[in-house]
Amino acid sequence: MRDKKKVNIKPWLFIVPSLVLITLFVFYPMIQAFITSLQTGMGNNLKFSGAANYKRLLTDSTFRKALFNTVLYLIVQVPIMILLALAISSMLNDKRLKCKGFFRTAIFLPCVTSLVAYSIIFKSLFATDGFVNAMLMNLHIIDAPIAWITTTGFARALIIIAITWRWTGYNMIFYLAGLQGIDDSVYEAAAIDGATGFQKFRYMTLPLLKPIILFTTINSTIGTLQLFDEPMNITSGGPANATITISQYIYNLLFKYQPNFGYAAAVSYVIVVLIVILSFIQMKVGDDKE
Amino acid sequence: MSKKSKVLRTLEYVILSILSIVSIFPFFWMIIAATNKSVDVSKGTLLPGTYFMENLRTLLDSDLNYLGAFKNSLVIAVLTTAIAMVVSSAAGYAFQIYKSKGRDVVFNFILLSMMVPFAALMVPLFRLFTKFRNIPVLKFVALDTPGSVIIIAVATAFLIFFFRQNTKTFPKELVEAARIDGLGEFGIFTRIFMPTMKSTYAAAVVVTFMSSWNNYLWPLIALQSGGKRTLPLIISAMGSSYTPDYGMMMTAVVIATIPTALIFFLMQKQFVAGMTGSVKG
Repeated sequence: MRDKKKVNIKPWLFIVPSLVLITLFVFYPMIQAFITSLQTGMGNNLKFSGAANYKRLLTDSTFRKALFNTVLYLIVQVPIMILLALAISSMLNDKRLKCKGFFRTAIFLPCVTSLVAYSIIFKSLFATDGFVNAMLMNLHIIDAPIAWITTTGFARALIIIAITWRWTGYNMIFYLAGLQGIDDSVYEAAAIDGATGFQKFRYMTLPLLKPIILFTTINSTIGTLQLFDEPMNITSGGPANATITISQYIYNLLFKYQPNFGYAAAVSYVIVVLIVILSFIQMKVGDDKE
Repeated sequence: MSKKSKVLRTLEYVILSILSIVSIFPFFWMIIAATNKSVDVSKGTLLPGTYFMENLRTLLDSDLNYLGAFKNSLVIAVLTTAIAMVVSSAAGYAFQIYKSKGRDVVFNFILLSMMVPFAALMVPLFRLFTKFRNIPVLKFVALDTPGSVIIIAVATAFLIFFFRQNTKTFPKELVEAARIDGLGEFGIFTRIFMPTMKSTYAAAVVVTFMSSWNNYLWPLIALQSGGKRTLPLIISAMGSSYTPDYGMMMTAVVIATIPTALIFFLMQKQFVAGMTGSVKG
């Protein structure tokens, strides 16, 4: 009896430190945030006020901008990146391709940079007097420098270009790992049957990689909905909030303006709800095609 | 090879080469900029210069306290990694070795935390860590201490999952044999499991060090006073200045990127295994 108890308690001792930390720093704050989102007031003087903060969301034009931008990044950038990563990985999966190691390492390399570091590099490269403008002008593609950072459309495009540069290689590695798991004989059989490269990709690679594509899509969705470092450091959310994201708006509500904990918490719950809904939809779509 | 597939093959090489150049170019440019005067960088030079030492001196002499931030980043990243390797690996190990219904439920509960966006935690965590200031035992992890950045990163669902997955390759007979030899459960973990799973630990070390070294949002909130700031915070501050000194700025970025780039080139296999959380690596 004594022995059995000993065996039962010890495993928990391994787990408890992690469980306590994750509960304290993830689940408890998560609940706390919801409670706070039902309160209004400045600083720490908070009073319950029902759904007032959530009602305010409906009329807040900055929030609408932040939501619009975040969704825009999501629906434009994620598909581009996933398709690009898929295309690169199927090219790299070719056995007869030379310099495969070099291509793979080069395209994965952006992953070693910190988000802040690469944001600063992109900000400098795309500055009005920066390298990209100089090159475009030398090639006579443009006559005058483009104000990448301070023009709405270009600033948004810049954020999308930057994120795609940083994360395509990361996703590519997942697909490469998945492709290596597919037996070559499958492709050889298809080649004998006269399948073209595109047919092989569409009817064999895609279905076989589906679980991994689903995983990376959910991963990128969660990441994009929390986007913060890039708009903060490349455009500071400007011009006039044209590139601001929800995370950045929450940060501003906390530290840039008079701290408004209740409203910031309500905004943050929008991200929670979006993640839950989108992950659910993606998993449903992933299942249906089965 | 038919003519058509030869064309396709050439096209493949062209596309991959262009993508590789685009991927590498910002790194190349960052080194060019770090070795040139700011004015020359603005002119669009693409030749390595000889101005690196001057840029470095400007950086170290500036009031940014770059060396201090480097030290802060290093201390935080090393301590986070060391503690995480014990705390998270112990949990991952136990979930796999002592499988039970109750523990599977707890494991799934922990996995759920992966879905929680950090943005939703910003507000309550800021307030929680402010409160720690008034609790004597928790002062060392209160807001504006390195501890506040460390403690939040030592137990993560990702690492616990990673260690549980990899523990599947750890032969259970070793556990049985060690028990017969009279080794306690903790002894088995520290003296048998840890040395056996070196490559798993290597991958976990790489990914934990990387994410701690590069972390931005929570340190930005938690470390408010100048002397406590880490490298990403300093670099971010440099980037938002109105008259950026490109030479100095890129010198700062190059030095901040060296540790992670070194890790990548020396331990590419573990790096990729850690990033993707894959079992085989």
